[in-house]
Amino acid sequence: MDSQRSVQTRVTLVLLLSAGGIIALAALSAGMGSVPLPMSEVVKTLTGSTEVDPVLRQIILDFRLPRILTALLAGAALGTAGLLMQTVFRNPLADPFVLGVNSGASLGVAIVLLALAPAGISLTAGLGTSGQLLVILASSAGAGATLFIVLLLSRRVDVMSVLIIGLMISYTIGALVSILMFFSMAERLQSFINWSFGDYGNVSWTHLRLFAPAVLSGLLLSSMFVKPLDALLLGDTYAQSVGTRVRQSRCLILIAASLLAGAVTGFCGPIGFLGIAAPHLSRYLCRSSSHRVLIPASICIGALISLASDFVARGPGLDVVLPLNAITALVGAPVIIAALMKQRNMQGLFR
Amino acid sequence: MMETLPATVLSATALAIGYQHGDSTRCIASGLDLALQAGEFVCLLGPNGTGKSTLIRSLSGMQAPLSGVIRIAGCEFHRIPPRQRARLVSVVLTETLPPGMMDAYTMVALGRHPYSGWFGSLGTADHARIEWALAAVGAGELARRQIAELSDGERQKISIARALAQEANVMLLDEPTAYLDLPRRVELMRILRDLAHSQGLALLLSTHDLDLALRFADRLWVLNHTGGLIQGYPEAIAMSGQFARVFESENLDWDPTTGSFRAHPAPCLRVKVTGDGVPALWTRRALERLGFGLTREAQHAVCCIRITSAGEWHITRRGSSHICPDITRMIEWFQTQNWSEDG
Repeated sequence: MDSQRSVQTRVTLVLLLSAGGIIALAALSAGMGSVPLPMSEVVKTLTGSTEVDPVLRQIILDFRLPRILTALLAGAALGTAGLLMQTVFRNPLADPFVLGVNSGASLGVAIVLLALAPAGISLTAGLGTSGQLLVILASSAGAGATLFIVLLLSRRVDVMSVLIIGLMISYTIGALVSILMFFSMAERLQSFINWSFGDYGNVSWTHLRLFAPAVLSGLLLSSMFVKPLDALLLGDTYAQSVGTRVRQSRCLILIAASLLAGAVTGFCGPIGFLGIAAPHLSRYLCRSSSHRVLIPASICIGALISLASDFVARGPGLDVVLPLNAITALVGAPVIIAALMKQRNMQGLFR
Repeated sequence: MMETLPATVLSATALAIGYQHGDSTRCIASGLDLALQAGEFVCLLGPNGTGKSTLIRSLSGMQAPLSGVIRIAGCEFHRIPPRQRARLVSVVLTETLPPGMMDAYTMVALGRHPYSGWFGSLGTADHARIEWALAAVGAGELARRQIAELSDGERQKISIARALAQEANVMLLDEPTAYLDLPRRVELMRILRDLAHSQGLALLLSTHDLDLALRFADRLWVLNHTGGLIQGYPEAIAMSGQFARVFESENLDWDPTTGSFRAHPAPCLRVKVTGDGVPALWTRRALERLGFGLTREAQHAVCCIRITSAGEWHITRRGSSHICPDITRMIEWFQTQNWSEDG
């Protein structure tokens, strides 16, 4: 079919362009930062050349490279998780955090930073390495526990109710966090707020050994559900009528999404808007609703936006790191508004 | 393939349908024995709440029956794995369809899911079947249009094409004509009936549209309030007065002389109409709509209308007469009269 061929060409173009963009941005990110490095040094380091200044080499290999990989993985994970959520809930504004991942993680972190610390479990000032790991554990545990509760409840009710249950649990946990914050000291609050800004810089090679497999297995699991996801676009009953095991597929898809979103939140903090913006951009650019197209596109576009946001957040040429969450919101919200304005209604937006 | 199949493709024995929530069971209809033959177009009728949708959902396997056995192609339905089931039964529902960026072709292609592999890749045969399905419902030119841009009628056609692409021998449709205007409804019923006959499909369609069902269906299934099912040829059910019994609680009057429902129950004012052809037919329809009954005896009538060969309406009421040049004036005359003393 002619038009199908044109869709294929379009998709290939989108994937190639975003992959090219990722490589270019990754090179830029490796070179720029608080210490600008010449591109030749970056290339030399990566090719394993020995004639590189060991300090520069360490900056690139131990700080910038893990950060770039983390940004790519997190973007791919959030983009895909957002796509899965939007399809399963048939809601254009669903993102990984509607199931309470975000709030669960923040409760875990709040308990560690605000409640336990005054009780004697001290964290090294400014979050040292051991404290870091504790925060990651706390946020992963919080996200995991919340998801478990939501998934458990979701087995008894329909899809829309799951969405609302997720939201209500988020509000409840948000309230608990507020109460914790109310009784906390200023410096504790500051470290909590820093965590909630989101940051890719905290993930070292050691953390990546856990983070990367978690994300990759989540992506692999998602890619196994291309057909049920397509069928679910028609709604549960139709999906069932074409032979989809709806409950089973939905449960596994939600587990994949939870794994992806939970891992990112655990290691990088809550990162908003990527999960909404990447799938929408993918649908818009590829002109397709097929998940065979949308999953790879969301992975690439999610990774690209994520890397770009991190690049901007580190304020090249400046000596500061801006809150990553603010940058992703600045990128993501206009994308959603633009998509809405173009489609004029919600139905058109969800494509 | 067709010859080897038994004529009955879908059957149910001692079927009870309804809902079960925990310990409470609500039975909607029970003791249903039914069979759907290959190549027949059956319409399912019944007042609201008698379980038309529940029956469709139960027969399609989306809802477990409370008791009884459903057999499809000779096998017990619940023993058939989902993918295999999807090759045997397709459904068209009144559910909201996928929003946004999906074109008609992609939507119809979803009907190939029971045949395609892990990633849903489509082969030449799949594409041929999709094209055929689109053409069969007369929607070939809609293939590249977005679903969201289609009218209700076009969307319903695509929905049926999707079911056709599934290549199942049984198609169950739950009120597919509900939101369509009359020409669209007639068109759709004709398409479906012809498909049933030409493709040897067993087609069951639930509808509120009694008139169309009577005209198009090969057989009728009528669910009544007591949870029973009347089956038969449309004409046989119409003549037996069973419609009257089924729909009486709905405050409707089935009139076997016209093959339709009276707009007003038990008219007490009667009019005698003399005349032939189209003017007489529509005059009677107008009177019925206005709440009058018809009679042949002048002494039972509150007034008499004679349609002359010149195309005038001569009305006689209480000895005085009135002449209307067309049906509009006649209707206006009826509306301006005070009928309260005639009762």
